[in-house]
Amino acid sequence: MRGLQILIDGFAISSLYGIGAIGFTLMFGVCGVLNLAHGGIMLIAALIGWWASVTYGAGPYLSAVIGIVAGLAASYVTYFLVVRPLQRSRAIPKDEEEIFILTGTLLWGIMIQVGMDYLFSDNPVTLQPLLPGVMSIVGVRTPRNEVLIAVLCWLVIGALYLLVNRTRIGKQLLAASINPRGLTLLGFELSRIYIIVWTIYGLLAGLAGVLLASFFGVSSANAGALTASAFTIVILGGLGSVPGSLVAAYVVGYAETLTAYLIAPTLRPIPALLILIAVLYVRPQGLLGRR
Amino acid sequence: MPSISARYATLCATTALSAGLLCGAGAARADDPVKIGVVSEFSAVVGEPIARGAELAADYINAHGGIKGRKLEIVAYDDHSSAADAVRAFQRLAQQDHVSAVITTFISEVALAVEPWAARLHVPTLTPAAASDLISKQVHDKYDQYKYMFEGWFPSPNLALAVCDSSHDTLVEALHMKTAAIVSEDADWTKPLDVGYAKCLPGAGLNIVDTISFNPDTTDFTPIFNQVEAKHPDVMIMGIAHVGVQPTVQWHSQQVPIPMAGISAQASNDSFWKSTNGATEGVITQTGSGPGVALSPTTLAVQKAYMDKFHNFPAFTAFTSYDGVMAFAEAMKRAGSTDPDKVVAEMEKTDMQGSVGHYGFYGRQDQYTHSLRYGKDWATGIFVQWQDGKQVCIWPTDKCPNKVKFPSFVKLPQQQAAK
Repeated sequence: MRGLQILIDGFAISSLYGIGAIGFTLMFGVCGVLNLAHGGIMLIAALIGWWASVTYGAGPYLSAVIGIVAGLAASYVTYFLVVRPLQRSRAIPKDEEEIFILTGTLLWGIMIQVGMDYLFSDNPVTLQPLLPGVMSIVGVRTPRNEVLIAVLCWLVIGALYLLVNRTRIGKQLLAASINPRGLTLLGFELSRIYIIVWTIYGLLAGLAGVLLASFFGVSSANAGALTASAFTIVILGGLGSVPGSLVAAYVVGYAETLTAYLIAPTLRPIPALLILIAVLYVRPQGLLGRR
Repeated sequence: MPSISARYATLCATTALSAGLLCGAGAARADDPVKIGVVSEFSAVVGEPIARGAELAADYINAHGGIKGRKLEIVAYDDHSSAADAVRAFQRLAQQDHVSAVITTFISEVALAVEPWAARLHVPTLTPAAASDLISKQVHDKYDQYKYMFEGWFPSPNLALAVCDSSHDTLVEALHMKTAAIVSEDADWTKPLDVGYAKCLPGAGLNIVDTISFNPDTTDFTPIFNQVEAKHPDVMIMGIAHVGVQPTVQWHSQQVPIPMAGISAQASNDSFWKSTNGATEGVITQTGSGPGVALSPTTLAVQKAYMDKFHNFPAFTAFTSYDGVMAFAEAMKRAGSTDPDKVVAEMEKTDMQGSVGHYGFYGRQDQYTHSLRYGKDWATGIFVQWQDGKQVCIWPTDKCPNKVKFPSFVKLPQQQAAK
């Protein structure tokens, strides 16, 4: 029974980790941007969704949609206010651009965290479950919301797969990740592709934020940990590799769940970090990384 | 949404400016205000009411002639629950703002960091909620040095006693519960609490089947609830203050069939219902004051004044902070001075009707020197249960006749036996 419980809980948590990390890795793969404000954007989605719920009585689905839209808006603001000005600045040498963006998004993430703390305090909040109640899966009592979250995550992952592999826009994204200069020479506008990526990223981060808030609850104090978690998964999977991030999400999710159940809940984050260190020694490019 | 942070930022800036311009000059004049400092985290459920409670007490004192004609002024700093920030703020209050006393923090680790500074700088200091028994132990063991520190709430062993007393009446006698699992966060205040639970719960009629201590950074409580369920206790006796929303929401969403009782400090604030989307229904917690429950002749008036000014029913720290400021003010009046040694001597004689009940401190020879007295003739705290979105007082039974009522997913011993 305990084995089955670990299987179910690990699957749900890993799916949630996956959805939070693939936008982050897609962004690096296509745009070359490591967005350290990632946790802050998830936070905005969760807190605005919660605020809409408690202030205006929005139901669980409406507050989730409002949260996702807030995540999308925060993603655009991050791009237009922080990243694009740095990318276009003539004062910044091209070979130092990445470190400036890294620093810029880090500071922006801190500003978001402090701002959210000011507006909503650092007390954790939770969104209403999209599906209340529990169900029995082979005798294991499981919240319906947990099942719905896992299903939703995989539907979104499937939709993203189809978008990238079966549509014209997706092929442009793939091309931009492999050879952006070649794409430009063919007459495609890179800035338009970047906006598409920031849109997909904002929707994914927003969705991850609201699902996390309805699963565990979030507080403004979690912003750094959320970024660190996505960062760990993406490094483990291989920077820029979406399938790598998914595999890594499951490795981390199950390592944490096994530790929490079989050793001690307090030691939950430790094994993922040990695995990360081992991978960096043995395979620095990550599990499925290209570089 | 913001309110107190902005106000206090302005207050702090104003205070800093006036301190720089006016306070460096030396001795206070007879018409200078008496200042009491507050150091706490303004954005925390349990921290914000500390500053507000102090502000309310100052309003009352000033409306009734101040302290021997001198106005009482509150100078407040946010410590973000950081010991380093709290110590810096404390030093500033003592050396720059020249406060005569300080009310500080709900976190034991922070109070223990501030305590040596209260001793070094000779500033009478009261923590309205930090419960580690180490705070009073230092006062007891090194009285001459540490006598400036007071605990305006019960030390953890006495909190455990209160939980055992109430559990006996409300869970064992009324609902025939026989077993309990202790579930508490790993913090300074819970170590003596868990020891206290282990000592007194069997005597109250609850045999302990498991004890779980978890990291306050825990986000997923499923494995913890799973471990508890495997031992089939009749009730979980909690010890949580740093966490609250996440275990409560997950308890509800996973429909864990075991009731939550004991101490869940955040659940004492009425905003907890909103924060948990109602998942707190059925949760029992110890607190200092409940809506409409008259623990002394002053309780209801303080509750009303707080609700009128801040429009919510606060965590218990508002009341313990209020009482702390009142006790300091009374001690200063009796001493006819703000001299720290005289104020400490008068604080030790405190015997007043506080908003949390009959209010006084243990003496030098008692085990918990300078902690709030607990007992039938003194304050005991109360236990409330969330029922239909409201905090309903369920103990002490002579003041609170309400019955305990749990959500349908909770299985009580009779229901389990009937299966």
